[in-house]
Amino acid sequence: MSEIVPGWELTVGLEVHCELQTKTKLFCSCANTFGSVANTNICPVCLGLPGSLPVLNEQAVEYAMRIGLALNCHVEPSIFHRKNYFYPDMPKDYQVSQYDEPINRDGSIELPSGTTVGIERAHLEEDTGKTSHMGGGGRIHDADYSLVDYNRAGVPLVEIVSRPEITSPEDARAYLNELRSILVATGASDGRMEEGSLRVDANVSVRRVGTTELGTRCEVKNMNSLRSLGRAIEYEAARQVELLEAGGRVVQETRHWNESTGSTSSLRSKEEAFDYRYFPEPDLVTIAPSSSWIEQVRGALPPMPGDRRRELTAAMAKSNPDLDASSYQDQIVTVVDLALDGLVVGAIAHGADGRLALARGANEAAARPDEARALSVEAFVELLGLETSGKISATQSKAVLTEMLDGHGAPSEIIKKLGYEGVDADALGVIVDAVIAANPNEWLRFVEGDERVAQFLLGQVMRETKGQANGKLVAEAFGVRKSR
Amino acid sequence: MSDTTRMTATAIAAAVRGGELSAREVASSALNLIAQHEGELHCFNVVTSEVALAQADAVDEKIARGEDPGPLAGVPIALKDNLCTRGVATTCSSKILEGWLPPYDATVVTRLIEAGAVSVGKSNLDEFAMGSSTENSAFGASKNPWDTSRVPGGSSGGSAAAVAAGFVPIALGSDTGGSIRQPAAFCGTVGMKPTYGLVSRYGLIAFASSLDQIGPFSTTVTDAALLLEAICGHDDRDSTSLRDTPTSFVGPLAEGIAGLRVGVITDFLSDADPLIVTAVRDAAGALASAGATVDEVAIPELMSGLAAYYLIAPAEASSNLSRYDGVRYGLRVDGPDVAKMNAETRAAGFGPEVKRRIMLGTYVLSAGYYDAYYAQAQRVRTMVANAFNRAYERFDVLLGPTTPSVAFQFGAKIDDPLAMYLSDLYTIPSNLAGHPAISVPFTLGEAGMPVGVQVFAPALGEQAMFRVAKAVEDAQQAGCRGPVELSAGASR
Amino acid sequence: MAVEFTPEEVRYVATLARLKLSDEEVASYAVQLSAVLDHIDAIRALDLEGTPATSHSFDLVNIFRADEVRPGVDREEVLAQAPAAEDGRFRVPRILGEAP
Repeated sequence: MSEIVPGWELTVGLEVHCELQTKTKLFCSCANTFGSVANTNICPVCLGLPGSLPVLNEQAVEYAMRIGLALNCHVEPSIFHRKNYFYPDMPKDYQVSQYDEPINRDGSIELPSGTTVGIERAHLEEDTGKTSHMGGGGRIHDADYSLVDYNRAGVPLVEIVSRPEITSPEDARAYLNELRSILVATGASDGRMEEGSLRVDANVSVRRVGTTELGTRCEVKNMNSLRSLGRAIEYEAARQVELLEAGGRVVQETRHWNESTGSTSSLRSKEEAFDYRYFPEPDLVTIAPSSSWIEQVRGALPPMPGDRRRELTAAMAKSNPDLDASSYQDQIVTVVDLALDGLVVGAIAHGADGRLALARGANEAAARPDEARALSVEAFVELLGLETSGKISATQSKAVLTEMLDGHGAPSEIIKKLGYEGVDADALGVIVDAVIAANPNEWLRFVEGDERVAQFLLGQVMRETKGQANGKLVAEAFGVRKSR
Repeated sequence: MSDTTRMTATAIAAAVRGGELSAREVASSALNLIAQHEGELHCFNVVTSEVALAQADAVDEKIARGEDPGPLAGVPIALKDNLCTRGVATTCSSKILEGWLPPYDATVVTRLIEAGAVSVGKSNLDEFAMGSSTENSAFGASKNPWDTSRVPGGSSGGSAAAVAAGFVPIALGSDTGGSIRQPAAFCGTVGMKPTYGLVSRYGLIAFASSLDQIGPFSTTVTDAALLLEAICGHDDRDSTSLRDTPTSFVGPLAEGIAGLRVGVITDFLSDADPLIVTAVRDAAGALASAGATVDEVAIPELMSGLAAYYLIAPAEASSNLSRYDGVRYGLRVDGPDVAKMNAETRAAGFGPEVKRRIMLGTYVLSAGYYDAYYAQAQRVRTMVANAFNRAYERFDVLLGPTTPSVAFQFGAKIDDPLAMYLSDLYTIPSNLAGHPAISVPFTLGEAGMPVGVQVFAPALGEQAMFRVAKAVEDAQQAGCRGPVELSAGASR
Repeated sequence: MAVEFTPEEVRYVATLARLKLSDEEVASYAVQLSAVLDHIDAIRALDLEGTPATSHSFDLVNIFRADEVRPGVDREEVLAQAPAAEDGRFRVPRILGEAP
């Protein structure tokens, strides 16, 4: 447990709202798309027009089950409740959500570090519309008036609530990153925080080291990236510690993270009273997935990031048994996060050098993950083989990989096009012999041990090969001839 | 032009289908009568003459082309003004929805048009269907055609009065705690609440979602069965809509009631008006004569229904009516910020009874009270359904009064909400259980006002219910049902 | 025993329900709702321990819709019904508090 300020411990629980990638909304057949013209994906149901009724989207239920099962939850019979409060972005002035009978309960996430964070629940609910604040610089309190677009109203969400078991900003970030990878792996989410399809709120509290009771928590909202999540938690924890050390008291409230000032501020409006008056939604019926449905969904789940990291680690250990696993853990996390592990594991299975495959995966491929995922394992193996055998240099290999990501063909074709071929071992031998023959004095000094002329001889070979020879191989060729 | 306003729906449909009457003639006849007497009775929030004539012409054109015009061909119908009609103002008799034009039709409206019915107007109701007299309508009460100093009942009072006046042979209402059966009894018409889930609620503006059902008004049991056939059946747009339910109700009427077991609910006879108690006993006797076995049954659990209802219905209503906030449609009274705008709009747009129920519902759902009130009421609901079902182990149908008294005078109960609520005592248990029930005119009671007898059946027991209702109707006293003679009725 | 619905409670509930009430309304609702609650209160005394709560008359489960897009409503038709609209959106007075 990290002490964010000496003598104080941090406790964080995260609530993550994940928009599901269904074709339609949760309770109506309007398109679930991002970025449409305002109020064009609306109907009587998602506008909450009088007389309209909700009908549940089966695909949303299946996605929720996938998420729950991927998070090791129990899928249980569940119902919807109405959460009643007035807000203009909510067409019915109640949100249809799951309350004390959620579809998924009691799961966990294992972070790459090995730390496990419990999942309390992952439930279905509907999203709200979007308000734009006009005048006053677009800020809510200074605005002259607001405009509402209901395209997002009724989009299906799964809210994943962690247990308050996260104890550092780093773990909070690692949790969110891992959760995002899992959500993307299930196919339920695109994981895009910047488009708001993944949104995170943090319940933050602090307590003195040695105490067992949790401190009063504040809910921090409006973090739009992994980085701002970490910063917001750090700020909020420090604020609470300062308050408590000054003899003050933390008030349970919702606070808004402001990215530009790097601080949180209270959202409380004096005249508002919130009492959600939950009751079972009478317009919807129980969701009770059969065990065969649950098992079918479980069976169709692809391997999750944790499993894939283990698989990649095992492949590395087999390919490069002398390497210390801790030296490449970060690369494994990166490769799995970007779903490039299929490429890397495939390459290793086809005989590629593990360290090289992982390095190219975690660097050059990771820079352009969408294109890299489209590469064939065969092409990647071919490239890595050319580099290992010395047919091309490391610099050339990276250049060829870039061309491959641009879709310019197989490694062999790219090498031909770039003129990297013709410096294979036989051709190189001929050139090296020619350089020795042309520079007998320098060769003699080299053989006698003058290392300074080595650079000159290498330069001659490079000039002959237009810089495309593998330096290491040239040195080896000279070495072989020297010891003859 | 012939006057078709005293014909039943069954007779009109047969004549229109057979080419003896045109749908336009029938519609014109209805619209003429409405034009003469609507001013006295105020059955409608809007009379849709143009829509009616266009729909009638469409039926006549279908017949001319040799197509099937549907089982309700040319039959004029009144639609309670809480049913959405595309492009036709739908107000729930509330200022908050005044002028709202729905962009869609309720499922029942679509089905009625397919069946060939002709919609003549949107009938008046207690605001948002909350009330038992139509006195809570923001646009003025409807009058009882039997005696215009008396209420027609509610909340579907406009539909009941329109049928009793002969404006239309059939009408649709909605019944959350008796809002079809009570006005039917008060106006001497048949009124029926189907099994919850038999008729789609899509497009019915919600009062209490777990209790609301749409159902028919008519002058005869056969017409009620005919209308139910046209509107019932599964709808994908209502998640609570039942599948594979019975679809035929007119045909089985011919089977009679020999051998059916009828139980008279004694708990409903202790507080009712003596003439009403006599009517129930006479009806029971008539059923015995027609071949049923009749016995008495005590179901004391039903008497807890009223309290449970006045927790559940306001709770659901408080949530259902939140959306009337001045943002997307209907009334807006401006305010300096959105919360004040909401509060001003709702203060100006809702009448006193609607506010009362929103307050009650909000209170019982609020923190600290949920378990004691709402959850307990839901357990009472289970208790009521179980008690009914135990009785149905011994009986096919149950019999009782529809109301404790005949139609009361205007103003008699408007300032005493609890007294008004008590008029729903015998109708509420069916809504809590989700069971069907029907009120059939049987005799005339106090002050010569009609008295209805109620037939109850278990879930999806509509066929037996209608058969027994028909037997009650066959024994009814002459002159106890609509349509009334308007000139005489109005001058009383 | 009488159930008391105090004017303070009436005001609090009116805030939750977004209803602006006059002082007269507060006073009359306090009296009328107390009478109704007094009647309703009888059910609290019923011993229904072990009786399940019914929220639907029938135990329907798994009523779903296929994930297929269907046309919605015309934006202009809906916005024409709005008390205020601007730039294809619904216009509302300024919002003082953020969503909870």
